[in-house]
Amino acid sequence: MKYVLQLADNAMILGQRLAEWCGHGPILEQDIAITNISLDLIGEARVLYQYAAEIEGGGKTEDDYPYKRDVRDWRNLLLVEQPNGHFGYTIVRQFMFDCYHYFHLKAMADSKDERLAVIAKKTIKEATYHLKYSSEWMIRLGDGTEESRSKMQEALDDRIRFFDEAFIPSKLENDESLKGIAVDCLSIRDAAWTKFTEVCNTATLTIPEVKFPQKGGKDGMHTEHLGFILAELQFLQKSYPNSNW
Amino acid sequence: MTEIQSLEKRFQDRIDNEERIEPRDWMPEKYRKTLIRQISQHAHSEIVGMLPEGNWITRAPNLRRKLGLIAKVQDEAGHGLYLYSACETLGISRDEVLDQLHTGKAKYSSIFNYPTLTWADIGAIGWLVDGAAILNQVPICRCSYGPYARAMVRVCKEESFHQRQGYEIMLALANGTPEQKEMAQDALNRWWWPSLMMFGPSDSESTHSAQSMAWKIKRFSNDELRQRMVDMTKPQADILGLTIPDPDLKWNDEKGMHDFGEIDWGEFWAVVKGDGPCNKERLAARVKAHEDGQWVRDAAVAYSEKQEARKAATDTTQVA
Amino acid sequence: MQNWPLYEVFIRSKNGLSHKHVGSLHAADADMAITNARDVYTRRKEGVSIWVVESKDIKASNPEDSEALFDPAEDKVYRHPTFYDLPDALEHM
Repeated sequence: MKYVLQLADNAMILGQRLAEWCGHGPILEQDIAITNISLDLIGEARVLYQYAAEIEGGGKTEDDYPYKRDVRDWRNLLLVEQPNGHFGYTIVRQFMFDCYHYFHLKAMADSKDERLAVIAKKTIKEATYHLKYSSEWMIRLGDGTEESRSKMQEALDDRIRFFDEAFIPSKLENDESLKGIAVDCLSIRDAAWTKFTEVCNTATLTIPEVKFPQKGGKDGMHTEHLGFILAELQFLQKSYPNSNW
Repeated sequence: MTEIQSLEKRFQDRIDNEERIEPRDWMPEKYRKTLIRQISQHAHSEIVGMLPEGNWITRAPNLRRKLGLIAKVQDEAGHGLYLYSACETLGISRDEVLDQLHTGKAKYSSIFNYPTLTWADIGAIGWLVDGAAILNQVPICRCSYGPYARAMVRVCKEESFHQRQGYEIMLALANGTPEQKEMAQDALNRWWWPSLMMFGPSDSESTHSAQSMAWKIKRFSNDELRQRMVDMTKPQADILGLTIPDPDLKWNDEKGMHDFGEIDWGEFWAVVKGDGPCNKERLAARVKAHEDGQWVRDAAVAYSEKQEARKAATDTTQVA
Repeated sequence: MQNWPLYEVFIRSKNGLSHKHVGSLHAADADMAITNARDVYTRRKEGVSIWVVESKDIKASNPEDSEALFDPAEDKVYRHPTFYDLPDALEHM
């Protein structure tokens, strides 16, 4: 169940972050596009939380996980909780996540856990589109104007240290009991990095060297940003406990 | 009859025959200007309207509500886009009309200059504001100008879920804890009068009405629609068990409709003229989004031009 | 800097039907126009195929020519099946 939550938390937090753009996008057409991705991700999180609630039983609901857990119980990658920044930061974060998400789902479609396999097969259609969208924008903005290239390079330089966490197995992912169920995230690293490198090259961006990748999100060690995200996300449920909405 | 008079007569005959006017047809300059003003105002309202509701997306109380609200606010972006497109068929670019918004020259619906303070406001907006908008918009589906009418058909089709969503939020609150019910009543208290103001000044004060009716841009008067809103909403409030904040509101058997109190027109004109609680914030948010997005829009054009040039270069080499 | 050009969007709602004009939008290039059209005009599964064309590339007939263009077809009733008188007893025709 913790593994299911880890998957759900990624989609939930990134979806929440993207939703912050709603009404503030660089052009109306992109406002709508970003919101679509947000809806896809929160929809994915919802399906996974429902699954977690079924596994746990005891009357748990899909909302208990996103609305009632504190920072240390969240299992999402540090990458997805990073702030939106300017549009370039959002695209870089999205593209990194999509490189991971797409190949992860592809592998998860073969999971021994049938339910996860089914969810992966459905979600991969959305992830395919997301990857196409973010790749195109990486290239467009990287290979656009001088200003846009420097903004994209800035975002890439700042965020690259969060990319590899996705491919470093946590204790949970290495657990024997999850063999064949959880995706071996190390095994998708090459494919994800190949795609990542290819797009960055086309976008005329330089991939910076990372001496010390940031990690810990999968084990509940987060950046300070997550606390603020949860403060907003959970405000109503915390202020008015035991209410129906 | 001069040539222009005969053109105008033919134009009015077509309108009287319920024919639709299409972009390349001859039309009086004033008809064009009136439409640009109205359609762009309408589009701006959709876009500015995203802000007070978008406010609550990150705080929505559960996943189901969050998804519903995001989809709704996203629809508003879509509606703004359909309307800007309809506007462009009249020979004005989206950038020009956006510029009018950003410089404060163009108006948008004053309702969005009120703040959303609690979650119940999201319910009240869906129920009352979208309810009023639907009353305003359904007749525009038969507007004499084709592109506007077609955009409105699309908008109305999509909008129908918005009002239901809002009412459902109110219903959950009204049937919830005492605190939730109080939240719902408070929201109704604050949104009721601004919603009635959405239909514009009373008929005797309305400057554009007569001509717009003759041109069939408008089909019902402001006061007619306002009356319908009151008659429609009162029973809905009863089902919620909430009280409409108007001591003069009562059924008039003789007239077969409700009597209701006088709108505070002083407040109405103040908000229209820019002195509402959130006018400055709303406009500032829109201007910021536009300015922050400039480099993105520029980069996309630059990239597209580079691609064209590259394609042209390879085409030439292939020929050679 | 110049603005993104306007594209007209045509959508096939399901296989077997023609593409139909649904509206327009702005995009920096045709590929982006397709992506944008997908997000703007097919949010409720309204389509299975999208065409986009830059608005400036459409040549439209002039409404002032419409009498000359379209009225002559009005009295060519012999192009319609009902023009031909046949006995009522006749079937399958």
